[in-house]
Amino acid sequence: MKIASRPKCLTKEHFSYCPGCTHGIGTRLVAEALDELGLIEETVGVLSVGCSVMLYKFIDCDFIQAPHGRASAVAVGVKRALPEATVFAYQGDGDLAAIGTAEIVHAAARGDKITIFFLNNAIYGMTGGQMAPTTVEGQATTTTPEGRDPALQGYPIRMTEMLSTLDGVAYAARVALNSPRNVRQAKRAVRRAFEVQQEGLGFAIVEMLSTCPTNWGVKPTAALELIDKQMLPTYPLGEFKVPEGMKKVVTC
Amino acid sequence: MEKVLMKGNEALAEGALAAGCRYFFGYPITPQNELPAYLAKRLPQAGGVFLQAESEIGAINMVLGAASTGQRVLTSSSGPGISLKQEGISYIAGSEVPCVIVNIMRGGPGLGGVQPSQADYFQATRGGGHGDYRTLVLAPASVQELYDLTALAFDLADKYRNPTMILGDGVLGQMMEPVVLKPSEEIERPIPGWAVRGKRGGKAKLITSLYLEPEALEEHNLKLARKYEKMQQEVRWEEYLTEDAELVLVAYGTMARVVKGAVRRAREKGLKVGLLRPITLYPFPSEALGKLAERARGFLCVEMSMGQMVDDVKLAVCGRAPVSFYGRAGGIFPTTAQLLAQMEKAMKH
Repeated sequence: MKIASRPKCLTKEHFSYCPGCTHGIGTRLVAEALDELGLIEETVGVLSVGCSVMLYKFIDCDFIQAPHGRASAVAVGVKRALPEATVFAYQGDGDLAAIGTAEIVHAAARGDKITIFFLNNAIYGMTGGQMAPTTVEGQATTTTPEGRDPALQGYPIRMTEMLSTLDGVAYAARVALNSPRNVRQAKRAVRRAFEVQQEGLGFAIVEMLSTCPTNWGVKPTAALELIDKQMLPTYPLGEFKVPEGMKKVVTC
Repeated sequence: MEKVLMKGNEALAEGALAAGCRYFFGYPITPQNELPAYLAKRLPQAGGVFLQAESEIGAINMVLGAASTGQRVLTSSSGPGISLKQEGISYIAGSEVPCVIVNIMRGGPGLGGVQPSQADYFQATRGGGHGDYRTLVLAPASVQELYDLTALAFDLADKYRNPTMILGDGVLGQMMEPVVLKPSEEIERPIPGWAVRGKRGGKAKLITSLYLEPEALEEHNLKLARKYEKMQQEVRWEEYLTEDAELVLVAYGTMARVVKGAVRRAREKGLKVGLLRPITLYPFPSEALGKLAERARGFLCVEMSMGQMVDDVKLAVCGRAPVSFYGRAGGIFPTTAQLLAQMEKAMKH
């Protein structure tokens, strides 16, 4: 019996993510969901700026590369011109929660029928480990060497909860990629976020808590534990908004 | 031909519709507001999409997305908003996606004012954003041209897979003139092969401006440079009474109309003056100016700025004749008397 295989739409390219980073799991989950829902032929993905910009090498579908922070606006343009396509953007926390806040908030408020995957690793990965808007209190980065001090650098932003308050949002969930159980839950949320778009119900976002062993300066296994210890207290898992009539798929 | 009385901004919008444009993304700013208001009414009637974005940055990136699907897409703004769009314009040019961007210029710098200006010439003709790129730039001088050149702007954008900018000013956008509209016809325009619409059985396509390998990025820049070279053939200009002109005035857009009137008056007074009006600002009619420089004794560039196009005039004339400049700012047009005085002064030199 075959119990696991490579998703059909995942290319043979080696991931450019650092060893031990859970970003690859997020990429794989998106590929699996596109396969299972049979959407790959009609999908247009939008690349953000960050480690995620190489996604076009890994998932075999059409892509547009967006300026930093603007992925959701580009996705809106595609979806408005081509409503029959499945349109998703895959953004990191620097891209979505700092420079791209206006674009994501208004795409959500308008209820644009796009799917957003939001990789939150609480740090700028590609540029070498600077403080992100999602960096948790006390977390050391190259630009907060003494740890993030709310008195100086303010507090981390819970984007998914914020967005879930908007009427245009149909689905908003936060999952984590650090354990088999969490990954299984993440998979269900990723699928649901595409299904919500297929049904034309509105804006859908799945935030995935992900590790960055390289810039956190810890071993991959320790990084998985840090998600539980350091990120979950600030970023609780769960579905903050689910369309009426749809069951919750993430259990906390 | 039946003529319709229309506002400039609305004629431009009607020109876009006639060219088959069905998608508009923008953000309010004076003095171009009639354009989105008109399209907000007309686009849904035509089966298109009008979307007011959260910012000019949002709007230009929606243009990138929609135009990447192979459709004709329009956005419009004015100076401060065009500054915000420059990031996206650089990506659109780098990704070779066609679209049309309208700048109905107002005075700057900063918030400046809402009166007409030509102070965004450098921004428009030098690319404007980061990196090596150019946009095609058309400079209409009448409401009729706003209508006609908009169709041309879309054709050129498609032909070169490059953004085209329509550079107007507040007066042009706001004034009313009779316009001859083309009889409406359904434009059959096939979706181009590079467009991203889902691979639908074919190979996956990528619209990008990212080239991480130095050799690949240089090759991309060389390819763009060859394209910009090819674009030079699209140069358009109008000459008025230049055959025997000793002094050639150079002006574009609304200013060219004011200058034309002054040239007529100067001729009545016996001054041998003429006008060259660039219709395309990029490509710039350098050759035409160069030819005139072989016999004209001087040039006078007149702009609603403190002197921007005059640099291109000097490059074209290349020291063969003196080039003088007269500029006004803040939305103030020179009077005919002031222009006559400037012509007399230039001819004395």
